[in-house]
This record gives sequence, C-alpha cells and structure tokens, in this order.
Amino acid sequence: MPEPRSPLGQPLDRADGVAKVTGRAKYAAEFAPPDLAHAVVVTSTITRGRVTACDTAAAEKSPGVLAVITPRTVPAMKAVPADLLPKGRPPIELRPPLADEKVSHFGQAVAVVVADTFERATAAAARVRVTYQADEPALTLEEAEPTAFEAETFVGREDLKHRRGDVARALAGAAVKLEAVYRTPVEHHNPIEPAATIAEWDGDSLTLHDSSRWVHATRRVAAGVFGLSPEKVRVICPFIGGAFGSKGFTWQQNLLAAAAARHVKRPVKLVLTRQQMFTLAGRRPETKQAVALAATKDGGLTAVRHATMSETSPLADFVEPCGTLSKHLYSCPNVEVTHRVVRLNRSSPVFMRGPGETPGSFALESALDELAVAAGIDPLVLRLKNHADRDEEKDRPWSSKHLKECYRRGDERFGWAKRDPKPRSMRDGNLLVGWGMATAAYPGIRMEARAKVRVTADGRAVAASAAHEIGNGAYTVLAQIAAAALGLPVDRVRFELGDSDLPFAPATGASQTTAAVGSAVTAAAVEAMAKLVKLATTDKASPLFGIAVDQLAAREGKLVSRADGAKADAFSDILRRAKLKGVEADATAAPGEEKEKFSFLSTGAQFVEVKIDPDLPRVRVTRVVGVYDPGAVLNPKTARSQMLGGILMGLGAALLEETVYDGRGLVVNPDLADYRLPVHADTSDIDVSFVNEPDRHFNPVGARGLGELGISGIGAAVANAVFHATGKRIRDLPITPEKLL
Amino acid sequence: MTPFDYTRAEGSAAAVKQVSGSAKATFLGGGTCLIDLMKLHVENHDLLVDITPLPLDRIEATAGGGVRIGANVRNSELAHDATIYKNYPALSEALLSGASPQLRNMATVGGNLMQRTRCPYFRNGFSPCNKREPKSGCAAKDGYNRSHAVLGVSEHCIATHPSDMCVALIAFDAVVKTHGPKGERAIPITDFHLVPGDTPDRETVLEHGELITAVELPAAPWAMRSHYLKVRDRASYEFALASAAVALEVVDGVIKTARVALGGVATKPWRAADAEKSLVGQKPGAPAFAATAEMATKGVAPRQFNGFKVALVRRVIVRALETVAAMK
Ligand SMILES: Cc1cc2nc3c(=O)[nH]c(=O)nc-3n(C[C@H](O)[C@H](O)[C@H](O)COP(=O)(O)OP(=O)(O)OC[C@H]3O[C@@H](n4cnc5c(N)ncnc54)[C@H](O)[C@@H]3O)c2cc1C
Repeated sequence: MPEPRSPLGQPLDRADGVAKVTGRAKYAAEFAPPDLAHAVVVTSTITRGRVTACDTAAAEKSPGVLAVITPRTVPAMKAVPADLLPKGRPPIELRPPLADEKVSHFGQAVAVVVADTFERATAAAARVRVTYQADEPALTLEEAEPTAFEAETFVGREDLKHRRGDVARALAGAAVKLEAVYRTPVEHHNPIEPAATIAEWDGDSLTLHDSSRWVHATRRVAAGVFGLSPEKVRVICPFIGGAFGSKGFTWQQNLLAAAAARHVKRPVKLVLTRQQMFTLAGRRPETKQAVALAATKDGGLTAVRHATMSETSPLADFVEPCGTLSKHLYSCPNVEVTHRVVRLNRSSPVFMRGPGETPGSFALESALDELAVAAGIDPLVLRLKNHADRDEEKDRPWSSKHLKECYRRGDERFGWAKRDPKPRSMRDGNLLVGWGMATAAYPGIRMEARAKVRVTADGRAVAASAAHEIGNGAYTVLAQIAAAALGLPVDRVRFELGDSDLPFAPATGASQTTAAVGSAVTAAAVEAMAKLVKLATTDKASPLFGIAVDQLAAREGKLVSRADGAKADAFSDILRRAKLKGVEADATAAPGEEKEKFSFLSTGAQFVEVKIDPDLPRVRVTRVVGVYDPGAVLNPKTARSQMLGGILMGLGAALLEETVYDGRGLVVNPDLADYRLPVHADTSDIDVSFVNEPDRHFNPVGARGLGELGISGIGAAVANAVFHATGKRIRDLPITPEKLL
Repeated sequence: MTPFDYTRAEGSAAAVKQVSGSAKATFLGGGTCLIDLMKLHVENHDLLVDITPLPLDRIEATAGGGVRIGANVRNSELAHDATIYKNYPALSEALLSGASPQLRNMATVGGNLMQRTRCPYFRNGFSPCNKREPKSGCAAKDGYNRSHAVLGVSEHCIATHPSDMCVALIAFDAVVKTHGPKGERAIPITDFHLVPGDTPDRETVLEHGELITAVELPAAPWAMRSHYLKVRDRASYEFALASAAVALEVVDGVIKTARVALGGVATKPWRAADAEKSLVGQKPGAPAFAATAEMATKGVAPRQFNGFKVALVRRVIVRALETVAAMK
C-alpha cells in the first residue's frame, strides 16, 4: 500500500476561502452586540502645540450624542505596559490616548464623540470646535539631524551597530569604490480593513473584538491600561483584513473604544476612517541611507558601510533597521553598520512589511548595481562572487542556504544571459527596455508559541493557538501541519485561532507564524498521539496491543503497525473503547540551542524587466521573476500568494507609494485615490518559484516563513532596471515620471 | 456627513424648483463626487434631489448631424456608445481613462461636468481655501502642489479641474443645455467653466438650481481622427498629471482643422485656441507639433512641485498629434 501523501507541500485551497468570498468571515467591526454605540475620533489639524480650548457644546446637543470625550473627561488610563517584549521597550506609544492636551503630530486624537448611530457620531464630530496654540514643528530629517541619536538594537532582537575590520582603510585603498545616498519616503500599510474595535464591558470584564495581529499582547495592554487582571480581558479576532505591520500591540482605537464604552456604559464600535489610518495606525518611516562600497578590480568586496538615518515621532521609539542585511548578506572583511534616529512631528511609525529589509535592500542592492557598473562586471556575477558561505557577522554557519541555486534558476527563467549591459541598448519598438536584478533576504525568526490539539471520537481533530489569520493562510497551513503530525486527512482537522483565551502565540509578524506556531502545533499533536498510542497498546481489545511505540505509524486516521499493515486501529475505535470523547494535549515550542549554532536566513533572487517610453517616461514593469529559498514550502498555493503580494507591494514602493507631508506637516494624500497603490493594470507577468529545501535545523517542519521575503530587493531590482533602460540612476523612491523627464 | 433629506425628482421643472428654492439643496447624480465631499464635510446640504429618475438618459442623433447626450447618461454607457466610439473617439478614450469601471457605471454626464477639484487643501476641510471658504486664502500656492494647475491660475486658486471627459467635450465644441429657474439655456462649453480669478468658489456659469439636461456635440467629421492621451503615475485609476484631446483634419497634406485641448494642467478644461490656429495651413509633423506645444503652454505659471507638468504636457501634445497624424 503506498503511503498516503502528506498534507504538507500540497497546494490546498484556503480553508477560509469560501467564508471570505461569501461574506461569512466576520471581521472585527462586523460583530453586533445589542445596544451598540458608535465612536468617531476628532483629530488635530495642527502639527505641534497644544489644545487651548475644545468647545463640545454644539456636538453634545447634536441628535443621538451620548458623550463627547476629551482629555478632561476621559476615564482614567494608565501607561501601556513597557514589558510586552522579551527584551527592550516596545516601539509603540506608551502614552494612553487623550492623556493630555499636547499635540505632537497632525491627525492626533483630541476628542471622541459617541452617539447611537455612526452617522450621528460623524455629524456631531464635525461640530466639535478645537482651538490650538501652535508651536514650531520639526518636519525634515535635515532640520532635525543635529538632535539625532544612535539606535543600538531593533526591538531588542537585532544589533544595529556592527563593526568588523577597517572600513576607512579599505575605502582609501580601493580599486573600485562607490559612495551614494539613497532615500525612501514614508509609506503607509493601507490594509483594506481599517483598524477597528468593538469594546464591551461586563462589570470589570472587557471583551474586545479587535483587528489585532497579536491578541495576547492586546489583552495585556488593555489589562494594564485599565488596571485589570489579564483574565478579565478577552480579545477576539478571527480574521484580519490585512495588516502588513500595522495592527500589532495596541493602537489608539482599541483603547479609545474601551474607554468610550466604559464612559457611556454601552458597547462601543470604533473604526478609523481611511484618512485616520494615515495618522493613527502606524507607518514606515522615511529613511536616508549613506552607503559606501569598495572592491578589488575583479569585484571582490573589501568594504561595506551602511549608515542609516530614520525618523520617529515624539511619542514612540521606532527605528527602521535598514542596515541589518548589510552585516552579512555578502562576504566582506570590513563592514560598518550604524543607525541614527531623529524625532519629527509626525505620527508614530512602526513595522511595515520587511522593516529594514525593504528600504535597506533598496540602498544596498542599488549600490551593488552601481558598483557592478563601475567595475564593469555583470551584476549577477558580482553577487555570486561575493556570496556569503557563512554568516560573517556572527561567525557561524547558515542553517541552510540555497541562494546560489536561486540565482541560477532565476538567471535561466528570466533569460538574463541575453542582457546587453550597456544602458539604453535594449529596445522594444520605441520603448526602452531595462533588466535589473537584486538579492532578496529576510531572517528566519521564530519565537515561543503554545498550541493545543484535541483528537475527537468522531475521528477528527481540532488544533488551536492564539495565532492570526491575516490573509497569510494561517487557518489552512496550520491545519495542514496538525493533520500531518496526526496522520489525519486535512479535511478532518479544523484550526482555531484569533482568541486570547487560546494558548499563547506571538505576534503574526516577522514572517514567523508557520515556523513558531507550526512548531507548537506539531509538539502538541505528538503528545496527543502519544496518549492515543498508550490507549491502544495497553488495550487488550486493540489489534495493536503490546506493540512497541516505535513500531507504530499514524495514517488516514488510524494507528498502523509498521511491520504488518493489516494491524490497524482507528482513532475513533480507540477512543470509543476507552469511553473517551477525545484526547487532548498542549505543548510549548521554543527555539533551543540551534539558535547559537546557526544563523537563519531566507534568501531569493529578484529579476525585473521594465519598459519606458522615453518621451513620456512612465515606468512599466513588464516581467518579474522571483526564485526563493524560504525552507520547506508547506502550501505552494498560499506561499505563491504571499510572494505575489510582497512583489506587488515592492513594485508600489518602487514606483508609486509615498505619503506626502507638506511644509506644515499635514498629510496631503490620505486616501486611496491620492496615495497610489498598484492596481491590476500595473501588474504584469510575475513568475514565482521556490527551491523548496527544508531547513531541519530551524524547526520540525523545516519552514522559515516567507511573508516578507518577496518585497525585499524589489525596489532595487526596479531601480537597477530603470538605470539599465535609461542610463539614469534614481536614488530616491518612488521613481515617478518627473524624475525621468 | 451631516444629516440631510433625500427626494427623487418628479420632472425637471419640479426638481429645478426644489433646488432653486433652498440655498442648501442640490442635485444628486451618480453621487460619486457629491457624496464623497459630503462625507468629508466639504459640502453640506440639507436636501438632495435625486435627478437620476428623470428621462435624461438617451443618446440621440440631432437634426444637424451631431449627437445629443442626456445629462443622466452614465459615463460607461457614453464611452461604449457605437456612434461616440466611431465619430468622437477621443471622448470614448477620455471617459475610459477616468476613474474605475465601478465609478463610471455610476457617474453621469451632468455630474462629470460639475465634478470638483482634487486639491488636497480643498478636500481636507480645514486648510485655507478660497474655493471652499471665500477669502480664507490658498494653502496650495505654497503647499504641496504637484497635482496643481499651471494654466489659468490666479493668486487666489491654483486647483486643477480634474475631468477627462470635459477635455474631449471642449475639443469638440460641445454645448451644454440647461433648464434653470429663468428658463432654458444653451451654453458653449468654452464658456461653461470659469477660471478662478478672484472668485474661485464660482466654478461654472450655472445658477443655483439650474439643471443640466443635455450636452450636444455638433457634427464634426474631422473628429473621427481624434485622440485622448493621458499621463499619470499608475497605469489606471488616477487623475491626469497631464492630458490632451486632439483632432486633425488634413487635406492634401496640409492641416485644415486642428483641435488641442488640455487636462490635468489647468484650472478649467483648457482649449489651446492659439496653438490650434498655428497648426492650420501647416504640414503635420514634428516641427509644427513642437511649435504648437510651445504655444499651448504660453503663460504657464508653475509652482514648487508642478514645474514638470510644463515639459510633460508639451510632450503629451506632440505625442497625441503624432498619433492622430498617423491615423488612417
Ligand atoms: C476615486 C475616484 C477617481 C476618479 N478618477 C477620475 C478620473 O480619473 N478622471 C475623471 O475625469 N474623473 C474621475 N473621477 C470623478 C468622476 O468622474 C466624478 O465623480 C463623476 O463624473 C461625477 O458624476 P456623478 O454623476 O457621480 O456626480 P454627483 O456626485 O452626483 O454630482 C457631482 C456634482 O454635479 C452636480 N450635478 C449632477 N448632475 C447635475 C445636473 N444634471 N445638473 C446640474 N448639476 C448636476 C451635483 O449637484 C454635484 O454638485 C473620479 C472619482 C473618484 C471618486
């Protein structure tokens, strides 16, 4: 009898696909507790200063209004707990909303109006009259540079200061050298679902239906801020309509909703408007990166210097860790990486897909392309020549790395060999054709997680952990992992997530859900299976009575003797005879000593073709080839979707996306017409493939995760292609038509 | 949004009476512009009179060989109309380059003529803006003005007229038919929109409560050789950075009729009449087109962020004329 195919590696449809396209999937704002009231936030129209008066009289008299909450009337809130991370202060605002009358950025919450309907709350909110005393704001990196401070680590996880060898000396004596400054703008996550919360109090118990991609942290935040024990708070989030780095920890809307609900003694719903998503829900900071590279005549890197300046708000400490890849992506004896941060009067920044890797790889991979041009070497050859065979930052081996194979396959699939290196040399009719490439990389990260698994007498199983379905396919892939570990067909396994009553899971971020939660699911499944095995082998009525554990396998819902396939006992029979409804186990999985022995890095190769009308220079991306090594690919279908999403977001960052602050610090494009995301017509032929080699040092399923790998390197691959097409090197994103006129 | 009353029109005369009778009443077409601005509290009305039930939804031939387009015809329907597509192709192209399919299915011809600027300072509801709040100032002049106009601007307003459709209509000498409190009027579209001057809040010659009933396109055999070219950052679903509707009639190798109208760069749908005249009698080709583009941008007044539009619109004009010249 052939082994049934493992559910791992199958291109299964999304478990939640039908629910999503038929509207049955319920998002945070779609729950409807009885007596629900609606809150609308009033935001500041100045950039820095203080509120001198807030006239709420007209709003309070507006029909249906239950309350107008200002810093003077807001229920007491303590600071957000500072110990949400294993190490270091969380990079978010610890000041609870409406804590004082200071304004530190445009679009800050200054009041909240609660009414019986959303429309009436909105109408009343427009009648709140706020008067300000405006102070001089800090608006640009250049202006604020004298007050820059050095950042030591990224969320306590990654060193932001690294020095090896002697960069200055290597630069001074270099045969080939490149020094340039690269800039990337503020970007916003713009998930299609805005940040949303429904808060409901029952005595001193609080339930939040919240668009949170870390329900356990949101629970701790709410408990800390409202002085409750964590068991009194429940955070529920079965689906998230995209986050891309937003919606983690806490954002003001969940605390404001809870405060408003407490104030009006009714459940309250608060959904940010699209405009408010640009000032109250996080963003990627602006960066300015000075890169210096030195090489021998034949392109061997002798120095890498990557000095990043990014900005944060007066209210939170976030740093965009642009230089992290530069420490180890290439082999180089002399490396210097630093990060400085200034405070600007803008809303608080936070993680955004590939924090650091996205803008950082734009700088590093553009610089490498410039070096290739200067040295007269093919950009792909240059990268192969400088391939890092081990992690030279930590001086230890990679757990598993197949980047050379990614380059090789990408080269072939794209047809890179046919590239004429001379700029402006390739044409399609009247159009200039450009081919560019870059390396993609994202670390393999995995934090502690817990899961439980229950096998039931009907021959099915339920696995659960407080993870999140963020569009990533978590329901699907985590069920596949449980099914594989239990020897059950995947359609007999259901996964539960998105509820802080479930076992602890880390934030759905750092591309780790599959790796972290999947490991816990495997561990819990193994324990549940051990219980079943014990029941069967100690039960005289079982055909497996007395057989040693290591002689048993689980497949198709049965325990089977390895020696004699005819000896089998179905899970349902085992449980029925034991008069049990099910067996359950929970387990924690955490990284162990492998963390000190190996470095973990997912890598890939990105190839891009652009076509540009020389007179009307809009950049059109006509082809992308991406080949990736994220370890094992557990579901090629959802994995491909992740890569496509990353690539598209990368194309947006390369060509379109930019949040614009004007000379007064106002966001002037806070909607989806004026903040341009790529639309279908901007997409093209995108070819995604995987090397698919499991990383057994990393975790049992061998998957490093891939949510952020696809966006890495795309910005540079596009800019490099634009240079190849036009001979113009664009070092500040996005590459809009006026930069090529 | 502030609460408002809604009523469905029962005849043009009744609708005109309802709206002209109250300063805070207005017509509702597809709502794609109006409702948006009401949600932003930029416009606040007490009463919306929905005119889409009115029988103004036909596209018909006129006695003079032209076309009469009802004010309620949806943008998508007009774009795909066989006569328009064949006889006035730049109008189809202009419509299809605008907004998204969903919006075009809702948007009406009347509403498109009356759509308001995308200036962020107008739309944010609080910055100084002479258009939204007369005499409050103009935040765009020294603000972020990448999308703003370089033609037809004044000290008081530099907001771009956003419509694509209107650019094609103005190239084709369209006439706007209205029914107002004082009766019916026919307004040449060149006179319909106003440059801002010192009253940027007055955007058209319509009186309050005056209803657009139709747009007429005169017979124009040369319009078959017309083209609308629009440049923007993304490939679709974005307002123009610069656009041009052009037409050429070439007889015996010499230009007899020319049309050059511009979008994305001016405070109203812009007809470059002098530039057109300069083409007449010339041979179609690069020298004539370049000179025309130069002439069409005479008197531009760029600001800090929109200077690129001058070069861009010149290239758009040249490319559009080249395209039409090459048509069979
Ligand atoms: C996201 C987005 C993108 C867009 N992109 C583009 C683009 O690329 N190019 C482009 O050209 N346009 C674009 N538009 C604008 C769109 O074309 C207009 O919103 C639409 O044409 C307005 O038509 P409507 O029927 O919906 O008008 P409504 O919103 O109903 O009305 C608009 C105004 O016209 C008045 N009105 C309507 N009908 C009449 C009438 N018969 N007589 C007198 N007054 C009347 C109303 O009172 C109101 O003041 C975009 C709009 C959006 C929302």
